Amino acid sequence: MARPTARKELIGQSSDPRVPVSMTVNGERVEREVSPRMLLSDFIRHELRLTGTHVGCEHGVCGCCTVIIDGKAGRSCLAFAVQADGADIRTIESVAAPDGSLHPVQQAFRECHGLQCGYCTPGFVMSIVDYLEDNPDPDLSEDAIREVLSGNLCRCTGYKNIVAAFRRSAELMRGSR
Amino acid sequence: MSTRQFGEPIARNADAALLRGEGSFIDDIDLPGALHAAFARSMVARAKIRAIDTSAAESLDGVVKVYTCDNIGALDAPLPLLIPAPDLTHPKTQRPLARDDVFYVGQSIAMVVAVDRYVAEDAVRLIDIDYDPLPVEMDLERAVADDAPRIHPDVPNNTAGRFRVETGDTDAAFAQAEHITRVKIRLERSTAAPLECRAIAARWEAVTGELTVWDGTQATLSVRGGLASLFQIDEDKVRVIAPNVGGGFGQKIMMFHPDEVLVPLASMELGRPVKYIEDRVENFIGASQERTQIHTLEIAATKDGRVIGLKDDFLHDTGAFIPYGIAVAHVSSTSIAGPYRIPNFRVTFRPVYLPMVQVTPYRGCGRPHACYAIERAMDQLADELGLDRFEVRRRNFIGKDEFPYPREGLIFADGLQVIYDSGDYEEALEKLRQAIDVEGFRAEQAAAREEGRYLGLGLGFYVEGTGLGPYEGGHIKIHPITGKVYVNTGLTDQGQGHETVFAQIAAEQTGARVEDVIVVEGDTGAFEWGVATFASRAAVCSGNAIHMAAVKARAQIVEAAANMMECSQEDIELHDGAAWVKGTDRKAMLAEVATATNPLRYAFNEPSKSATQFAPASRHDGPPLAEGRTPGIEATDYYSPPHATWAFGAHAAVIEVDPELCTIEVKRYICIHDCGRMINPTIVDGQVMGGIAQGVGGAFYERCEFDEEGTPLNANFMDFLMPYATEVPNAEIMHSETPTPLNPLGVKGVGEAGTIPVAQVYASAVEDALRPFGIAPIREAPLTPDAIHRMLKQARTS
Repeated sequence: MARPTARKELIGQSSDPRVPVSMTVNGERVEREVSPRMLLSDFIRHELRLTGTHVGCEHGVCGCCTVIIDGKAGRSCLAFAVQADGADIRTIESVAAPDGSLHPVQQAFRECHGLQCGYCTPGFVMSIVDYLEDNPDPDLSEDAIREVLSGNLCRCTGYKNIVAAFRRSAELMRGSR
Repeated sequence: MSTRQFGEPIARNADAALLRGEGSFIDDIDLPGALHAAFARSMVARAKIRAIDTSAAESLDGVVKVYTCDNIGALDAPLPLLIPAPDLTHPKTQRPLARDDVFYVGQSIAMVVAVDRYVAEDAVRLIDIDYDPLPVEMDLERAVADDAPRIHPDVPNNTAGRFRVETGDTDAAFAQAEHITRVKIRLERSTAAPLECRAIAARWEAVTGELTVWDGTQATLSVRGGLASLFQIDEDKVRVIAPNVGGGFGQKIMMFHPDEVLVPLASMELGRPVKYIEDRVENFIGASQERTQIHTLEIAATKDGRVIGLKDDFLHDTGAFIPYGIAVAHVSSTSIAGPYRIPNFRVTFRPVYLPMVQVTPYRGCGRPHACYAIERAMDQLADELGLDRFEVRRRNFIGKDEFPYPREGLIFADGLQVIYDSGDYEEALEKLRQAIDVEGFRAEQAAAREEGRYLGLGLGFYVEGTGLGPYEGGHIKIHPITGKVYVNTGLTDQGQGHETVFAQIAAEQTGARVEDVIVVEGDTGAFEWGVATFASRAAVCSGNAIHMAAVKARAQIVEAAANMMECSQEDIELHDGAAWVKGTDRKAMLAEVATATNPLRYAFNEPSKSATQFAPASRHDGPPLAEGRTPGIEATDYYSPPHATWAFGAHAAVIEVDPELCTIEVKRYICIHDCGRMINPTIVDGQVMGGIAQGVGGAFYERCEFDEEGTPLNANFMDFLMPYATEVPNAEIMHSETPTPLNPLGVKGVGEAGTIPVAQVYASAVEDALRPFGIAPIREAPLTPDAIHRMLKQARTS
């Protein structure tokens, strides 16, 4: 390599305007000034450094970026951070207990080998947590479960073990009620 | 031994962190001061570039640098041809950034580095590229015509080379044939679509001269070698790390995608970390794809359905470049006879340049193509001779007593002769027949037809050459403080569960608990010998290397523990994280054994007190570390397979076709699989099921579509139909275990298996279902509702 040269001053910054945004994320109030076009997914990942929320397509199909927004599972790649101003957001980092012990849905995924690479997994977990909180006695037929899961793509597992994990989640959550 | 680890369905070590969102995928790694890259990509399939104007992009606030072919120095050259071959007469590889010409929509022309990705993408849109479009031919068969427009002016007929493989005497076999069956089949282009797109980050440390690259690659060691070579840096100054990687399926074995060299370059030039996180559209247009082949296959048979010869001529779409050589087509050609004896065959093939992103291996790597071709032909042979589809296969199987079964003159993708090592194909087929209850099904099918419902039974049999060399290594070390067992190998993991199966192998020998075995791979700083994760080879190559190292470590532990507890080595047994004197409760924890074998000067904890120079227990004559000994418990070994080991399996499905809507419903899907001894049955099932799902995509849903000008039409998840949970059947997976004699563990690979026969199974089932309509034989995959509609319409009009 060439001999060392003086480090270049990086000139300029993005000329995007900055607007204040504040929301509650995993029970904690956060306030930032961000570009109005910053996606909610990027806000969560890059501004807050909560990197468990993944981005798989940025057009709302794959479900990797699913978080719970004001009590409903939603795609964080399809919203701007500023649209979530004042919202209450839950991400995958809030699901396990503070000591790290797994939530029943996470426990079920582990028991049933419901994940391989783990990239889509936080999105599935958030979708299922949201669904089972709203539907504590879900229809556990194969078709009904697959319909619930049909908002998230997985390329590794072939879904069979995710279906099993859903069933086991419902069982564990019922047991813990 | 009281605790078995090998062969048990143990839950994975990696899961808890991934489930809590604590994985470290590349974009999760915080690199303070990082800059972000984005690419200007060709909007035209084939064109001369008249001019590139980057001035507006360069003056945008927040843009740090814009790279084109004119300012990347020595990198402005074609990237390496990774796997050369003598008959590959016209190899072409891509330049990192286009110079003068573009060859496909998506080809990288300029790279912008900016303070964030938003600005970088703004700048990409400000780059003005003036194209002079050239004519293209997108059709694989027309592209080889003399008058077809050439993609590369010096490559006649767009043909990269002409290849021929032969075993036995094909012409003599055809001369004796009593029946000849001909099929022409076509598979379509698809893509691996890992849910984490490709990603790379690089950090250059000017003071130490070290380049660290985080690359979502399947081949960290190979990338390191390539970067050291391209940048002329010592290999020990380049560290390549693949942290958590969100699926690979072959796409991430391809190197170098342009960003893999340009991002490190930018980091070195700008003195800042640089990240490039590919987005989904870029993954569709800029990352490797695979699958299109057109085979014209003839099989020569006797009247009773014994196949004595085979001829296959096929065209292979390699895209605009051929950086990975002929790997995919080569595997197709050498796998064409499947599980059948077929002693005489000849395969000729031509890889053909087409103006699309390059083709490199995708899960299955040529095997799904070969399987579809031979299995479609076997179905047709059965139909033509009035034989049962199961029976025609049974008559042609290599018998379980015929192994090892060599195919003389056939060289596989590992450069070694094709020799099938072990199997019992007939038993697998019989299991399948019983599981699906063929007779019961035929009755059900007849009853359903009376009601105007159309059920079909499909089946497919496949073999898979797995565990390709050249070799992998395994390193094992027991940490003296914690007693945890550290295992390293040169591979990478994209979700296959290496960290658990390798831990099981190490635990089986050392007596450690599986959760106390820490597997570190995907980091050239952790282990620097080996190749990569591909070709269903991890369990075979690294698994056996780790086993061999662990056997050595076991001997060290037993010897040391016997000394410590003053008993004979035969009385030592290892389990539950300790060495035990058989039949007593006397034990030495692995941490104590590791400490005791490491002569110490300083004491930090209780075990280390007894290992210091002046402790009574360590007093003896001569040097503290006896001559020829190494400190602690540590061993390394390597496994190099004599040749590939051949796994196999059989799938069947019952599918109902709705002839009005042209949709299908999979009623049952059954898989019998054999990958030799299973290290972890849960993980094996997971691999097989995942493979089936990817096969389902290729069988009925997924196709990369292009218009006549070469523009991709469905380069996104809205239009490229990747199956959700609602499309993938709940497959019943069963196993047989025929160990291979080739390696100490008796294991064969499993990563790609599930994918291979699925397109055949769907075709076979739908064809069977629609027999009453007199449809033509099914010859194309994916089989879409459109295709079913077309076939039914054709049958009605003819």
